Amino acid sequence: MNIHNESAAVHHHVHRDDIGAKMGMWLFLFTELLLFGGLFLVYAVYRYQHTEQFHLAAMELNTGIGTLNTVILLTSSLTVALSIAALQKGNKFLSILMLSLTLVFAFMFMINKYFEWSAKFSHGIYPGSDELLSLPNGQILFFGLYYVMTGLHGLHVLIGIIILSTILVMIIKNKITFDNYAKLENSGLYWHLVDLIWIFLFPLFYLIQ
Amino acid sequence: MANGTTTVNEKSFYQQSTNKYSGILSWLLTTDHKRIGIMYGVTILFFFLVGVILGVLMRLELMAPGKTIVDAQTYNSLFTLHGVIMIFLFIIPGLPAIFGNFFLPIQIGARDVAFPRLNLLSYYIYVAGALLALLAVILPGGAIDTGWTFYIPYSIRSNTNVSLPLLAAFVLGFSSILTGLNFITTVHRMRAPGMTFFKMPLFVWATYATAWIQIIATPVIGITIVLVILERLFGVGIFDPALGGDPILFQHLFWIYSHPAVYIMILPAMGVVSEIIPTFARRTIFGYKAIAISSLAIAFVGYLVWAHHMFTSGMSDTARWIFSLLTFIVALPSGVKIFNWVATMYKGSIDPKPPFLWVMSFIFLFSIGGLTGLVLGSLATDIHVHDTYFVVAHFHFVMFGGTGTIFFAAIHYWFPKMFGRLYNDKLATLGVLGFFIGFMLLYFPKFIMGYMGMPRRYYDYLPEFASLQLISTIGSWVLAATIFFIVGYLIHALFKGPKAGSNPWGGVTLEWHIQSPPTMENFKEIPKITHEPYDFSQLKEMKNEYS
Repeated sequence: MNIHNESAAVHHHVHRDDIGAKMGMWLFLFTELLLFGGLFLVYAVYRYQHTEQFHLAAMELNTGIGTLNTVILLTSSLTVALSIAALQKGNKFLSILMLSLTLVFAFMFMINKYFEWSAKFSHGIYPGSDELLSLPNGQILFFGLYYVMTGLHGLHVLIGIIILSTILVMIIKNKITFDNYAKLENSGLYWHLVDLIWIFLFPLFYLIQ
Repeated sequence: MANGTTTVNEKSFYQQSTNKYSGILSWLLTTDHKRIGIMYGVTILFFFLVGVILGVLMRLELMAPGKTIVDAQTYNSLFTLHGVIMIFLFIIPGLPAIFGNFFLPIQIGARDVAFPRLNLLSYYIYVAGALLALLAVILPGGAIDTGWTFYIPYSIRSNTNVSLPLLAAFVLGFSSILTGLNFITTVHRMRAPGMTFFKMPLFVWATYATAWIQIIATPVIGITIVLVILERLFGVGIFDPALGGDPILFQHLFWIYSHPAVYIMILPAMGVVSEIIPTFARRTIFGYKAIAISSLAIAFVGYLVWAHHMFTSGMSDTARWIFSLLTFIVALPSGVKIFNWVATMYKGSIDPKPPFLWVMSFIFLFSIGGLTGLVLGSLATDIHVHDTYFVVAHFHFVMFGGTGTIFFAAIHYWFPKMFGRLYNDKLATLGVLGFFIGFMLLYFPKFIMGYMGMPRRYYDYLPEFASLQLISTIGSWVLAATIFFIVGYLIHALFKGPKAGSNPWGGVTLEWHIQSPPTMENFKEIPKITHEPYDFSQLKEMKNEYS
């Protein structure tokens, strides 16, 4: 009879497993990929069916704003990674600074997105508008997918802002520290995913013209 | 397994809270996997009974040709709600959320799941989804009438409340994903020392494979549902043929989830069967590894067969025969399981207690369901019986005769462990019998009607179907009465049943080593695993009524 007596059975619900937490996060990110995967599949089918129309519709998008947002989001991925590295090294101040910068970039992304969408709206291009419905089917589908995919991505950016702000508060309050940073790391993973999805959205909508 | 496990009754998890509250709050805010499992149990059982009542109403309407009790529109809502409730609220979460939650951690020698708070959150997300579905029935506009498959274009044209039940399905999917994620991490991170993957009980294997399907398949239906809602709200055009969208694409995306979901429903049931048979045959499972791996094989191949739901929808012939071939291949791992179970019983010392009888009933009903599935999986025969009662009979044999039967088997098997009480074996045997008779009366005539050409979901029918429809309706009374009878004697046993010892059946997996009901911590000391999972020589070392 071997008794494995590692925990004193008192606080069994206070249980910390950083590797487990990270594993859970990766699994969750996997489901996010599949969520967007469905949309990428739909995009692929319709692009194949309406190559010409997709080409024409894509000309309407502003590559400049798209590029700017790509740069912003990539940089924010760097700053969140730096924030984790800083905290691991025990530099709380730098970590907070970098995380705040990440949030600034996230807001900049959303502001750009806002101007981009509202410009489209003012040209009368939005789902169900007369202007859009007068276009050929392929272009209706292109803009439909554009709004759904960038919209869902934007929603993820917003959720990211909420998560990262919460984490920021927790770092300030010393709830997340240099030897207990799994939550920060996992939020960073989420933020990288948001970035990664954009890396695919950008060429599919803005660059293939 | 350590023989230092307790037999002296200590405070059970009912008497000890995981939080600072007592009474109802100690349940509502609990992070104990056992309490969460029981809360799921109560909620899911409630919705199951609602689904049963809706089903009985449908059968009443179909008892005679023409209008019997409700009008056609109400009938459309009845079968839609019956489907939505039974699938999304009962059969998908049923076994994993109740018994997976309660027994998966115990069977791997853990004190809880990897993320206890997330576990509670999944429960509340489930409740939120269920409330949304109910809200859609109450709100003006009328209950959803699209069928549980939500096929486009009708689901974007119907004037009933379609968006809300869709949102409910999305929310429920999220709950399912979180549960799956929790279980996978639990299996990888929380196994007791010595519990290697090939020492895990087969219920754990099955739940683990299920958890992977939950994670891989559910997001696809999630996004598909969102697209239908957006289609209804804004007219995006992605599935709307008027705007260039493709309704067939919706069917593909829908079944990419909903076919694997069939395996989400059946795999945990197969896991329960693999627990019950060795216990009552007093013999180690035959082909342990084959059964364990076949769960993963089903999970994998089951992901690649979805288009067999669409043989008549419009697809290339090449695609059709590939999907047909894959469908036949997925029958192989199921066959592996059936043969191994039967082989386990060979030369066993069989004790036909109620849980075992449920399993026998399962093997019979599920085999019929599985074999008729091959009729539907063949291209030529499918054309003849597609969208007829034959399909309805097939999936009720597989889902209800399979998973539903095992849901009852699992309740009867683990009831003494979960509640520390015994039920009356004679009443329970009557329950199995009544269920089987009612089931066959209700669903077997549907095979014949389907073969004769009775289409599914029809409000009215030709006179030649009248006698079979009547038999089916009578079967629904027998079945429903038996279900309420079972619920009745179980509730009675819950309060008045004799106290159960820690091992009433002589099982050897870890849950039978601990007291009934378990303590809040499950194990005083985390056990060290040395035995194979179904090694009945352990019975001698275990200090209980079977040693």
